[in-house]
Amino acid sequence: MNASTDNFTTAPENAPAIETQNLSLWYGNFQALENIDLKIKKGMITSLIGPSGCGKSTLLRCVNRINERFDYVRINGKIHVEGQNIYAPEVELIQVRKRIGMVFQRPNPLPISIRENILFGHQIHHKNQKSSKEEKDAIVEDALKHVLLWDKVKDRLHRDAISLSLEEQQKLCIARLLPVKPSVLLMDEPCSALDPKGTEAVEELIWELRGKFTILIVTHNMAQARRASEESIFMLMGKVVEHTETGQMFVTPRHKETADYIEGRYG
Amino acid sequence: MEGFGISKTNIQSKRVEKLFRIIFLGMTLILILPVLVILGTLIVKGGSVLSLDFFLENPTNGMTAGGIFPALLGTIWLVSVALLISVPIGVAAAIYLNEYAGDNILTRIINLAIINLAGVPSIVHALFGVGAFVMFFKFGTSILAASFTLAIMTMPVVIVATKESLQAVPIAFREACWNMGATRWQTIKKVVLPNSLSGILTGIILEVSRTAGETAPIMFTGAVFFSPFLPEGVFDQTMAMSLHLFVVATQVPGVPENLPYGVALTLIGMVLIMNSVSIAFRFYLRGKKKW
Repeated sequence: MNASTDNFTTAPENAPAIETQNLSLWYGNFQALENIDLKIKKGMITSLIGPSGCGKSTLLRCVNRINERFDYVRINGKIHVEGQNIYAPEVELIQVRKRIGMVFQRPNPLPISIRENILFGHQIHHKNQKSSKEEKDAIVEDALKHVLLWDKVKDRLHRDAISLSLEEQQKLCIARLLPVKPSVLLMDEPCSALDPKGTEAVEELIWELRGKFTILIVTHNMAQARRASEESIFMLMGKVVEHTETGQMFVTPRHKETADYIEGRYG
Repeated sequence: MEGFGISKTNIQSKRVEKLFRIIFLGMTLILILPVLVILGTLIVKGGSVLSLDFFLENPTNGMTAGGIFPALLGTIWLVSVALLISVPIGVAAAIYLNEYAGDNILTRIINLAIINLAGVPSIVHALFGVGAFVMFFKFGTSILAASFTLAIMTMPVVIVATKESLQAVPIAFREACWNMGATRWQTIKKVVLPNSLSGILTGIILEVSRTAGETAPIMFTGAVFFSPFLPEGVFDQTMAMSLHLFVVATQVPGVPENLPYGVALTLIGMVLIMNSVSIAFRFYLRGKKKW
């Protein structure tokens, strides 16, 4: 199974890209998520908002199975991504990670060149077939064009990725996911390490990627959720309080907790 | 009203502060004193015997004259074979402990065992070597038996040095790889090892310098007082620098005074050169490091 954009369009239009059923998670004795039922629409940008400790990052990290790395984490319930329960025993972790890309708070480019960063994912998944230089060039160009970085870095592809600005590094971290052809991108406060200008540029990029990927983004920044997402999920104490279209949530929230949080009464 | 000028209590605290600074500095200087005295004595008393012939000739006249070539060569043999044994095992163990092992009872037992291994006295290692390698595995008293003994003794150094350099690689690099679907091994091979190589190599060089100076572990397992033949393989016995020093200093009558000093100077010179290489190497690789 290859998650290319092709089978992205052939899947039923209205099927949710990510669906959680009765999802609960415990860190030791502490329950961080309680019976989460969500349907996240394909090709949309959905933001996860809520005060610190509400479980939004934990939920995000469930979707590509990072949490299970820790022995003290226990998970109940199901997460379907494009119709497949990713916690089913026959599911390969590597396939999950291929189809679901993750962007972290702090840009984490590898300490190798820009070009090698982009090709890293491609190379580990195509070990047995040698790609020609032309193919690799095309992959690098395509990925960097997608993140609006090509014109800036095309003359210094062999420079260290660390030499880029934080904004460019974060874009590179998004770009290097693309050659593996994910269908879902998870972003954990992708702009929190960036200055206002960098934030704006990365937000623009995320908006640009709308429709091509299902994007789930955790943010602390209300304004960012409002600007850069189509649907929003408000969480509180490990539960989903509200999940609606972003414009509606910020104008006429249905719940009092949501309204209080949005207006800055806590959080 | 108190201004910003100095007050009486200030003066007192400042004096105490100065006193303690001097005490700590003094203690630190005492540390380097033995190093200077040892090196100075060796150079003054043994410097005169050093020559190319001294390094390249056999001992003559019942070890009271001539050179140290067989001992020098023997030490190189012992150290090389010990490295071939301890480095692969030690590095692999460190990779397992740092990259794969969860925090469970097994891991804790292994870590405890490594700490205890580092604390075993060298003479106990020597006797273990006799029992295990010379007798049980029937290597006889040979380079192989002596090197195995040295390898086991120095293994904790390799493991600890490797583990520390692996830990120095930021976890963010690993997360980046895992989240592109890389396996643990791909991550280790492509990102973790290349970025921890300098630390690992430094640890190995330090181990070399320690191994070269050990006497007890090789005395009963493979090193001999004197041998008219050079070793031709790992099942031969050999002379070694550390044991040779012991022999010419205490066991043979009529040795000229400067000869043992010359041997000691050569041995310490080997160790110092090796350590300097290690330090220079670390500086070089640290300069190349990008994070």
